[in-house]
Amino acid sequence: MLNNSFRFTPHITLEFKIEEKDFFIASESASRIKKTLQQLGIKQDIIKRTAIIIYEAAMNVAIHAIHGALKVYVDPEVISVVTEDVGPGIENVELAMKEGYSTAPQEIREMGFGAGMGLPNIKQCSDELVIDTKIGEGTTLKAKIYLNKNHE
Amino acid sequence: MTLGEIVKELGLEVLTGNINLNKEIKSGYVSDLLSDVIANIEQDSIWITIQRHINILGVAKLKDVIAIVIPRNLSVEEEVIKKAKEEGIAILRDRRNAFEITGLLYNMLKKAQNK
Ligand SMILES: Nc1ncnc2c1ncn2[C@@H]1O[C@H](COP(=O)(O)OP(=O)(O)OP(=O)(O)O)[C@@H](O)[C@H]1O
Ligand SMILES: [Mg+2]
Repeated sequence: MLNNSFRFTPHITLEFKIEEKDFFIASESASRIKKTLQQLGIKQDIIKRTAIIIYEAAMNVAIHAIHGALKVYVDPEVISVVTEDVGPGIENVELAMKEGYSTAPQEIREMGFGAGMGLPNIKQCSDELVIDTKIGEGTTLKAKIYLNKNHE
Repeated sequence: MTLGEIVKELGLEVLTGNINLNKEIKSGYVSDLLSDVIANIEQDSIWITIQRHINILGVAKLKDVIAIVIPRNLSVEEEVIKKAKEEGIAILRDRRNAFEITGLLYNMLKKAQNK
């Protein structure tokens, strides 16, 4: 049993807190993790996709939720990106996944956010994506990128 | 083609001093939607946008953008210029609009690559 749990222990865990309207943390954390992955010698394409997922997921927490956290686990076979937030939740996930769908307010759009491209980008870059959400409570997003798998 | 050569040939205004002028520009992208830029801009690019909020620097840093070009002589806040210098991202400005600047840049880069 102990062995088993060890096998699933992540090799590297990175954690960042995300506060409301903290627009810096998404690019900061994505840049930092990108550097770490480069040092580990991970393939360029995987790093690119991971960085996009981190940026978009963290930005969604900063823009649409109240506060939350970003966690990135780097294992020998897979990178997992997880965001958990306290916030309004997503009413219709299928709709939210559609390119161009956004509830971002005008002042957010004026800054260049709110194209409704974040979730579609995340979907496109990940091998597995799960979104758990509860209205009035919050949202958890889990994306996986396999290190040794062809991504189409 | 280096950023310095582009600046000279198009007569662009440089807001960040010597930053990145000797760096090689490989490609370019035009968009004001940050998610679009994040998904599609190539490494070592020049990015043309009317967005001037400090957030563009986060995107630029993450995507290894060499320079941002602001069209129509739009104003850029001192805070943004200062941060760009810290992050090693050049900010340039021009009186022409994004369409004109893009056309000129596209032709210059194509010509340089075909040499
Ligand atoms: N963490 C979240 N909490 C609550 N709602 C969310 C969250 N993430 C996404 N959404 C909802 O899903 C919609 C679509 O998200 P998506 O990231 O695709 O676009 P966007 O954030 O509005 O714009 P962009 O990502 O292009 O800047 C959002 O407008 C919002 O309504
Ligand atoms: Mg988004």
